[in-house]
Amino acid sequence: MNERKIRVLVAKPGLDGHDRGAKVIARALRDAGMEVIYTGLRQTPEMIAAAALQEDVDAVGVSILSGAHNTLCPRIVQLLHDQGMDDCLVLLGGIVPQDDIAKLKQQGVAEIFLPGTSTENIVKFLRENVKPRE
Amino acid sequence: MSETKVTSPAQEAFEEWERETLRPLLEKHPERKSNFQTVSLEETNRLYSPADVEPLDFERDISFPGNFPYTRGIHPTGYRGKLWTMRQFAGFSTPEETNARFKYLLAQGQNGLSVAYDLPTLMGYDADSPLSEGEVGKCGVAVSSLADMEVLFGEIPLEHVTVSQTINAPASVLLAMYLVVAEKQGADWKKISGTLQNDILKEYIAQKEWIYPIRPAMKLVIDTFEFCTKHVPRYNPVSVSGYHIREAGATAVQELAFTLRDGLEYVEWGLRAGLQLDEFVPRISFFFNAHNDFFEEVAKYRAARRIWAREMRDRFGSTNERTLKLRFHTQTAGVSLTVQQPLNNIVRVAIQALAGVLGGTQSLHTDAYDEALALPTDRAALIALRTQQIIAEETGVANTVDPLGGSYYLESLTQKMEEGARDYFRRIDAMGGMVEAIEKGFPQRELQDSAYQYQKAVERGEQVIVGVNKYAMEDEASEVPTLIIDESVREHQVNRLQQTRGSRDAGAAGNALEKLRRAAQNNENTMPATIEAVRAYATLGEICSALRDVYGIYEEPAF
Repeated sequence: MNERKIRVLVAKPGLDGHDRGAKVIARALRDAGMEVIYTGLRQTPEMIAAAALQEDVDAVGVSILSGAHNTLCPRIVQLLHDQGMDDCLVLLGGIVPQDDIAKLKQQGVAEIFLPGTSTENIVKFLRENVKPRE
Repeated sequence: MSETKVTSPAQEAFEEWERETLRPLLEKHPERKSNFQTVSLEETNRLYSPADVEPLDFERDISFPGNFPYTRGIHPTGYRGKLWTMRQFAGFSTPEETNARFKYLLAQGQNGLSVAYDLPTLMGYDADSPLSEGEVGKCGVAVSSLADMEVLFGEIPLEHVTVSQTINAPASVLLAMYLVVAEKQGADWKKISGTLQNDILKEYIAQKEWIYPIRPAMKLVIDTFEFCTKHVPRYNPVSVSGYHIREAGATAVQELAFTLRDGLEYVEWGLRAGLQLDEFVPRISFFFNAHNDFFEEVAKYRAARRIWAREMRDRFGSTNERTLKLRFHTQTAGVSLTVQQPLNNIVRVAIQALAGVLGGTQSLHTDAYDEALALPTDRAALIALRTQQIIAEETGVANTVDPLGGSYYLESLTQKMEEGARDYFRRIDAMGGMVEAIEKGFPQRELQDSAYQYQKAVERGEQVIVGVNKYAMEDEASEVPTLIIDESVREHQVNRLQQTRGSRDAGAAGNALEKLRRAAQNNENTMPATIEAVRAYATLGEICSALRDVYGIYEEPAF
């Protein structure tokens, strides 16, 4: 039986151009057997949500190092919700102060990965938390 | 025919040591691991001896400080004459807040300023652009027009303080703003010194804050070279930057190679535009990273000076000392700082800074320990500055010139760095140059590969990060206070922007922008029209938008 591969959209919203993390993670997820779509730089939340829908992904991995996460992440979660993608996990990676983490989780971000996270932990998180599909 | 292997006495002595002394010991006491690697994943030998430096000729390759090829430094007296400039990169929130931080740093003994702009400014958007939402004042100070710049440098005499500006795609606009503020202070442009980062090539390679396509963007850089050579002769219009290339994942050799090859590209473009080699090249400055692997970093700086001197002589035929001498700024590696046990970062920064000093840097920024969490607090920024002052005044390393020169390991590593960089030069030259290599995605792919290999080495535990993949602590109580910048900054900035737009002579601003558009279309130097637009309080967003109309925007191909 063919198991559906986990599909992940790796996204860079905002004006930040630091894409080292996003690209390392995209490659690590691919090496772990997932299907990965990378949006490229400077995508608006609307563009990210549209790509998530079109690509029918199980998760959106958002990379932000500029401090704009409080503005951008809740908007991505909301847009996914509006298009009926409540099962799609939103993960955030980047420089996120401790005080923002609880608030972002409350707003629907599934997990926040800080600098120093191993890619294996991210793979494990996705395998354990992506909802199985029919 | 059999080849006779010629073994030198030094090589023979080394082999005898291996045979007689080392081997019997290794049998009883094996080493900790089979392979010792630098942070760039380069293998390091067990021992370096006279045999390793035999190919080097003292006069030709090392020589004395102040003498070609400047391996040991550009000043005969090193830091005995003048210490390096302690130049802390700072910028956050509003121009008022950053102006206060600047004054604080100057009062603490810092002797140069370095401005960090926020992302909207770096990308050429005004604070009220929808794309700026959530980003105003976050990664640096927000500047949308001359009105902001006047506040930023209020009561800071630009004729006397050297200011470095980290700005790239819209660099010509920020330079224009800076010059107009200086002029309003009554400063003489001929006396102003300072540095504009203005290194657009590394944006396409690494930092990725671009606006226009690569060739018109290069033309804007050359416009500033030409303008500064004529009107602001003591100003460095470019700081060719390896810093961001390294942060994006490059190895030390890749940082060295791509940065210097970028430098050569600017020289070639300048010459093609009709500039005189020995008039503009002396004002090209460099900017390198200081990463964790101490000797590798020191070797990198020494190799950089040697390669640049040789390239200026051999590629371009210069004999002018000022053209041959590479001057550089150093910043400790932000990427090496950890969120975990953040106070450990103070130690990392001190060791990295020491490498920069022992490599002969002209100026230095030391990162604050909290930079993996947020922009630095006052306290963290002060410790970073004090770290430099301790190195300068307490350790004795500034007492003698190039104290590590002559180390078998360091000289051998310096040589290896030069060879590695030259290998990249050959590949890039074969592609037609750096612009062409970037268009092919070559340096971008090299960096991505290195970043990935490094991450894998960390995850296998081969590269140790203390507090992260070794000596980690569960539930560490290491909370440090962080700087918080909220959305009121944007409101404040948008208010000033609206006032500026409301009170300026709209006709003058519009005409100046039209003039700039025409200058760009006619391939004229854009600096005079940019200055006129800035004087008329045209905003950064308006000016960049005028240039976007003519040049278009860059779209990164998928690599």
